[in-house]
Amino acid sequence: MTAIGTVSRPAHSPSMVSASGQVALRALRKYIRTPGLSVMGVVQSVMFLFSFRYVFGGAIHAGATSYVDFLVPAYVASIVLFTGGGIAVAVAEDKVQGFTDRLLSLPVSRYSLVLGRTIADSTTNVWSILSTAAFGFLFGFRLPGSWQDGIAAFGLCVAYAVVFTIVFIVMGLFAPNAQAAQGMSLIAFVFAFISSAYVPATSMPGWLQPFSKYQPITPMVDAVRSVLTGTTSDVGLALAWCALLVVVFTPIAVLRYRRA
Amino acid sequence: MRTDSRPLIEARGVTVRFGKITALNRLELTAEAGQVLAVLGPNGAGKTTFVRCLATLVRPSNGELRVRGQDVVRDAARVRKDIGLAGQFAAVEPTMTGRENLEMTARLFGHGGAAARRAAAAIIEQLDLDEVADRRSSTYSGGQRRRLDLGASLVGSPRLLLLDEPTTGLDPVSRSEVWAAVRGLAAAGTDILLTTHYLDEADQLADQVVVIDHGRVIAAGPLSELKASIGQDVIEVVVSDAEQLSAAALIVAQVTSGQARQEPTGQRVSAPAPGGPGQLGEVIALLAAASVAVDEIGLRRPTLDEAFLALTGAADSTDNSLAPAGLTRIGSTS
Repeated sequence: MTAIGTVSRPAHSPSMVSASGQVALRALRKYIRTPGLSVMGVVQSVMFLFSFRYVFGGAIHAGATSYVDFLVPAYVASIVLFTGGGIAVAVAEDKVQGFTDRLLSLPVSRYSLVLGRTIADSTTNVWSILSTAAFGFLFGFRLPGSWQDGIAAFGLCVAYAVVFTIVFIVMGLFAPNAQAAQGMSLIAFVFAFISSAYVPATSMPGWLQPFSKYQPITPMVDAVRSVLTGTTSDVGLALAWCALLVVVFTPIAVLRYRRA
Repeated sequence: MRTDSRPLIEARGVTVRFGKITALNRLELTAEAGQVLAVLGPNGAGKTTFVRCLATLVRPSNGELRVRGQDVVRDAARVRKDIGLAGQFAAVEPTMTGRENLEMTARLFGHGGAAARRAAAAIIEQLDLDEVADRRSSTYSGGQRRRLDLGASLVGSPRLLLLDEPTTGLDPVSRSEVWAAVRGLAAAGTDILLTTHYLDEADQLADQVVVIDHGRVIAAGPLSELKASIGQDVIEVVVSDAEQLSAAALIVAQVTSGQARQEPTGQRVSAPAPGGPGQLGEVIALLAAASVAVDEIGLRRPTLDEAFLALTGAADSTDNSLAPAGLTRIGSTS
């Protein structure tokens, strides 16, 4: 019964960097070691992309560009809206299963809970972005501009992933359980589908167009399309939306974690 | 800092409301360091809420709650450095190994990388998890997972360990594994507060007991005195033939010179037996003489239900002379 003597009491609470790193590492391990998350997530994204490209695509007219070139940049840019349900579910599960309680009982900054989760889920989204983009190329997409433009567009997609990760964390924190989190995250589909991502907004009935025009996804996907061709229209508006969402949802997440 | 001279836990009028529900109702409690304290109570009594308050997860709506003199609301950050929490569900990451889980929690307590590895290794040895330490915790048995969870709350060497129903849902073998682990920790000098609704668990582990009902403390004191107050062992007889139930009840009542409780559905009679085994022998002899056929007969400890009945009954009554010496009985008018 002397073993306890070899466990010392830490002199200081962990730094925010260290604590965020541990929170992120654990979430990433869970993702990588659960094939249902890391592999099936990609399979699902690719199946959606396949259906749009080859099933619905033939019936959709995207103006001057071919449908695959219209679809793929927007699909990749908005992929976080499909994968985000998993984020909300993971956050809700942590809360219900006591993991969040354990974290909150430790001498850890509340910001590091949000920061760690955001780092982890943004990283998994980079994986989704890269893998769906790869399948996009396989399904016939070609960069309209230079590869540097491609990198810039990728950067925008990553920024969207970070922003919506925080939004989905908040959903998970407000959901009473994992099923409810899954249900709440379906609202993202409304924003994904009633936007210019999969069909030109002008093809929608007039009463629906204002929603499409003034919600964040339309300028976000239009900005990616624009950057790919070397122009910057809608980029400012898209980044403004990112900033707004971060400023609104980060404090909600931190406050909500406090009383989770 | 004078914190070491302060009580381990001090609760003054702690009230917690969730909407219209009052989970804790002006709870009063003082616990000194150097002991295992069991918080007993039925489901919904407020045990978990009290632990969550101590763990800084729930803020009291009213009242003051201190851990080693530090307020759980104003000094929450310092309280968190002093406590370790193992909640009702094992909060370990199933896709990580036992060692990875312990090292992660050690880092979150504030250990550096090397110190975290040392702490994890020490806990693995202490809680007898060597064989499974490098397997994913999803492969653990219920008892192993609970012990790992217990270990995770220990890697920061907390001054107060909070265990919320540490054995609920475990099979008997796992249960005794966890008990052994808790006993080992207590022997090594960790102060422990645990909640339970099993009297035998308190019996196995605790020095001091607090009984909570409806969000307030109804009895507090050393375990031995609580046991004395909730009465003697109980004689229980199950008759073969329901027709003979009242005959059996008469005999039991006569021997114990008290009230025998009859349960016609179970063909069961029970009564407190102040005379212990001697009276059991008398009952057996008289039942045989009266040709009452018996399926089952024995002497047992009162159940927690019976204990609560005794305690809540006494707490409601104004006659405090019923309270045994040494056991502080807290009435509803304070």
